[in-house]
Amino acid sequence: MEPVLEIEHMSVYFTQYERGIRRRVLPVIRDLTLSVEAGKIVAVVGASGSGKSLLAHGILGILPYNSHVEGEIRYAGEPLTKERSAKLRGKEIVLIPQGVNYLDPLMKVGAQLRKGSRDERVRRQTSQALQRYGLGRETEEMYPFELSGGMARRVLIASAVTGTPRLIIADEPTPGLDVRAAERILGHFRELADEGAGILFITHDLELALTVADQVTVFYAGETIEVASVEDFSDVEELRHPFTKALWRAMPEHGFHPVPGAQPYPGSREKGCPFGEQCSASTSECRETGQIPFREYDGGMVRCLHPGKEASL
Amino acid sequence: MKHRFQFTGKKLIRMALLLLGVSIVTFLLMCASPLDPLQTNVGQVALGSMSPEQVARLEEYWGVDTPPVQRYLGWLGDFLHGDMGTSLLYRQPVLTVIGQRLANSVLLLIAAWVFSGILGLILGVAAGALRGKWPDRLIRGYCLLISSTPTFWLAILLLLIFSVWLGWFPVGLSVPVGVAADAVTFADRVRQAALPALTLSITGVANIALHTREKMIDVLESDYVLFARARGESEASVILRHGLRNVSLPAITLQFASVSEIIGGSVLVEQVFSYPGLGQAAVTAGLGSDLPLLLGITVITSAIVFAGNLIADLLYGAADPRIRRGAARK
Repeated sequence: MEPVLEIEHMSVYFTQYERGIRRRVLPVIRDLTLSVEAGKIVAVVGASGSGKSLLAHGILGILPYNSHVEGEIRYAGEPLTKERSAKLRGKEIVLIPQGVNYLDPLMKVGAQLRKGSRDERVRRQTSQALQRYGLGRETEEMYPFELSGGMARRVLIASAVTGTPRLIIADEPTPGLDVRAAERILGHFRELADEGAGILFITHDLELALTVADQVTVFYAGETIEVASVEDFSDVEELRHPFTKALWRAMPEHGFHPVPGAQPYPGSREKGCPFGEQCSASTSECRETGQIPFREYDGGMVRCLHPGKEASL
Repeated sequence: MKHRFQFTGKKLIRMALLLLGVSIVTFLLMCASPLDPLQTNVGQVALGSMSPEQVARLEEYWGVDTPPVQRYLGWLGDFLHGDMGTSLLYRQPVLTVIGQRLANSVLLLIAAWVFSGILGLILGVAAGALRGKWPDRLIRGYCLLISSTPTFWLAILLLLIFSVWLGWFPVGLSVPVGVAADAVTFADRVRQAALPALTLSITGVANIALHTREKMIDVLESDYVLFARARGESEASVILRHGLRNVSLPAITLQFASVSEIIGGSVLVEQVFSYPGLGQAAVTAGLGSDLPLLLGITVITSAIVFAGNLIADLLYGAADPRIRRGAARK
């Protein structure tokens, strides 16, 4: 099946001024490669601060002005230029954000979803989308502060299906929900995928990702370090990257062992593997190599010089 | 509706306490003033040629011998009965003097208030929306320059350029010189008030524009604007639909808070333009030890400023759905 979204060697840089004078270019995403097929849910799993949200903003072309993107993003086989993403976002490429603070606090829900259109057709589509998630007419007349947490989440999902989305980017759509509520929300995603949309599910919760995704991409310090199928997570030996293994061991049913150390801050590292400091299998080669390539390995992809080598943590 | 009446009631009690405090402070400052009312208003030479009886009568007129507490309580008692006393310098009831002066100033104050508010909002929104680009730099530069310029100096500068060199506007006063009072047209009054109003506006704009710019930047960096962009809303729609809406609430507060700055500024500006308004009367009363008039002016202007803030609070409650609907549900 042809991928809806293909990202190859994407990097995102931010320009900052240190103490107001020294200009500094900060790489927040480095050499990211990812693809999402129609009807599939691809989870991007990474700790907070690993650059996951910026990935979403980069695809939508809404990164802040002091940033720039390198590499190639293709949507439906064609390069996704700034102009093209401006045309498609909100229609074919949609974002489902985290929570209620992504809604304008001073505007009624209905008016926000209609994006200022007074068209009768848009009005109908909006109420249909809300109805689909059990939200009636009265929801349209509410302000965001009047929504409960669960309602807000459903409004945000409804906002995605007012059009005919082919690519849905869900950026941490379930924080603060209990497992059952989260699974209900994820059930909506499965449904959308079964209708033919490709879904990029960005989360920090590996356990949750495994319940719904078809494929998992692991993100660490702004780099994709592994692509694995969900089945690979049934056995730690099937996993490729030491960090993924550490994540696996940190899951409650696998012993709750914490991942050692902390993720390096973007720009604090010139070269070498970002996980090198915490990896027991790291060698001098791991620390010296400029940019470790992301390569096919054992049915998935990995960014490691010694993949699969058991790191006894 | 009930909550709003309660809210207003509480505010009015607070206002009464504030006015009491303001009048006491004004009175104490006046008592501490080193100016001797007799020397200032009668003059050293004239005093020297007067008989002791005359001096004693003058001292009684200016209240030099009365103990301060008694003077203040006397004033307060009359004030509570609605009598603000008689101006010692103008020899007219204080209320009449303030009425006349306020009538002169009102055109000036309202023009400056409205103009600075609207222009400040427009400039602030534009600067925030075009952050970092040249219009933003220009607006910010202008605002910082004006904010660091003393108002009276700016007034003198404008007077020099527009009245003296270019001759577009009169040099001062609120009506043209040599015209009978009933022959003065509204257009004349506008022409006389234009330059002082402009001075006040120019100063007021800077403050409002800078605050609005900051708020606009906050709004444009908010999550909901990010989501609006993600849903394909155009930049114009983001600024007009979300930006203006969210900036309007702080703008209300800012606009009504600026009442105090406009009134404060008018004291200096009216002095420079010899404009016979409330501000100028305040200066005259202060320097001439005209206690009833000064107390009257401070109390009335404080009440106006307080009323401005009260209106802002009430409007806020009506405009912000979180307050309006939140309170209605309780």
